[in-house]
Amino acid sequence: MADLAPVRRGPARADWHSVVLAALAWGAAAVVVGALGWIVVDLLGAGARRLSWQFLTTAPQRSGRSGGIAPMLVSTALILATCLAVAVPLAIAAAAVLAVPVSSGAGRARRLRIGLDLLAGVPSIIFGLFGAELFCRVLGLGFSILSGGLTLACMALPIMVRVLAAGLAAAAGEHGAGAAALGLSRTTTLLRLLLPAAAPAFAAALALGVGRALAETAALIFTSGYVDRMPGSLLDSGRALSVHIYDLAMNVPGGDASAHATALVLMALVLAVDGLSAWLLLRRRPWPAGA
Amino acid sequence: MLALAAIPALLVVVIIAFVARASAPALADIGLLRLFSDPGWHPTADAFNLWPMLAGSLAVMALALALALPLGLGCAVCLRFFAPPPASRTLRLLLALAAGVPSVVYGLWGLSELVPLIARWRQPGASLLAGAVVLALMVLPTIALTAEAALAAVPATVLRGAAALGLSRWGTVVGVALPAARRGIMAGTVLAAARALGETMGLLMVCGNVVQVPGSVFDPVRTLAANIVLEMAYATGAHRGALAVSGLVLLALVLALLLLVEQAPRRAHG
Repeated sequence: MADLAPVRRGPARADWHSVVLAALAWGAAAVVVGALGWIVVDLLGAGARRLSWQFLTTAPQRSGRSGGIAPMLVSTALILATCLAVAVPLAIAAAAVLAVPVSSGAGRARRLRIGLDLLAGVPSIIFGLFGAELFCRVLGLGFSILSGGLTLACMALPIMVRVLAAGLAAAAGEHGAGAAALGLSRTTTLLRLLLPAAAPAFAAALALGVGRALAETAALIFTSGYVDRMPGSLLDSGRALSVHIYDLAMNVPGGDASAHATALVLMALVLAVDGLSAWLLLRRRPWPAGA
Repeated sequence: MLALAAIPALLVVVIIAFVARASAPALADIGLLRLFSDPGWHPTADAFNLWPMLAGSLAVMALALALALPLGLGCAVCLRFFAPPPASRTLRLLLALAAGVPSVVYGLWGLSELVPLIARWRQPGASLLAGAVVLALMVLPTIALTAEAALAAVPATVLRGAAALGLSRWGTVVGVALPAARRGIMAGTVLAAARALGETMGLLMVCGNVVQVPGSVFDPVRTLAANIVLEMAYATGAHRGALAVSGLVLLALVLALLLLVEQAPRRAHG
């Protein structure tokens, strides 16, 4: 679309208004880039010294002032695995309803879309309250990795469904009529044809879900909890990386360097998965934009 | 398949039901009126006035939007009308990555860089202003990327028309493109407002968390969401119920904003 619009940098009179506008626009961009740069410099400056192989592979000592973050890495990985195990089937089902609508299902798809849009906006602390109530209390899972992962699955659903539905819709546009002509059932079409064809979107959805889950703190404090030991099972409490950063920064005097080093590790993970999804989605556009 | 898809569709209703259920006893005991007329927020002394936290949340949100809206629009205009394609791609990627930065990382930066900077100017540093700056950075990608999408959706013929009329860059952008895109820009801003109200950790770390209606931007404030995190760990009985009520108030505000956005495009198409 952008390539089709020659007015983008088309001839325009250079009056002082326009010069001011250019200055404001470039200024805003510079402020944003500068602020992000400042954050990265702060993280590197205060945290890089603490980073080492040992930091990644040993347990924390003295509440995290020294030692490493191995238990948090393991807890985070287990929480993510739980989250994906629950979220992926739900996301595929929801994306199929959105992307491959049947004639009677228009209202259903609309309700699902609205439900997901609202879910995407629910504040993370509300997910925390909900998870603590449903998973920890009602279902009796207590403070556990399972509770945390289930809560995050609820949070990660909207973004995963959105990306996956766009990919499936594009695949359906390409192959849907052919599958119908062959008399394939809806389930077979979805699982054997559309889902493989939409593999990049599926991978991007996974990566975005992981990114969303990695970034989360508030929903985990009251579900997977604070315990900074190595978890022995999914029913143990486990402290996620983000919760560790929060605890070091707010409750542990002298924990600043460790907090920054942990934040560096978390940022590296988040940027890796978000970068991966951006690459997968931008690499080529097999489906129309805005589908 | 449909049964599985029903779970994501109904999840938001289930969440509302659970938060409402948790707040029901407190609403029955304390009543809605006392949540805004009690002498203060002293949960151990049976006083549950939510107003200071609500005022804190709204003040931080308003100031953050006031900072983020001009910056976000500036970024969008830069992306759309000024930056050459490589710079535009890079800036868009940076904004997309910034949207994924964990809020606890923004909070850590605010706590270790921004708060000391503000403290040098005006004590104590951890304040409404620090919260608003951190929050502005957090919602900026939302505003910039939705505004850019709205500008991109302005028909090329409209922009060519502006060029044919010999309008300057200023006239094209401020007089034609931004007004044509205003609906999308508003929707993005409302989404950012909803995100800002619900933001928890970043603000908890830099706002100072004193329960008071802020008198100036240098006063510490406590937001509704921060209040829940701070007190949930030890709250019992009516106190726990009152926290659930503050969650319900927060959820109602956010959902109201989101429904506003949800309604808007349908009205546009008649």
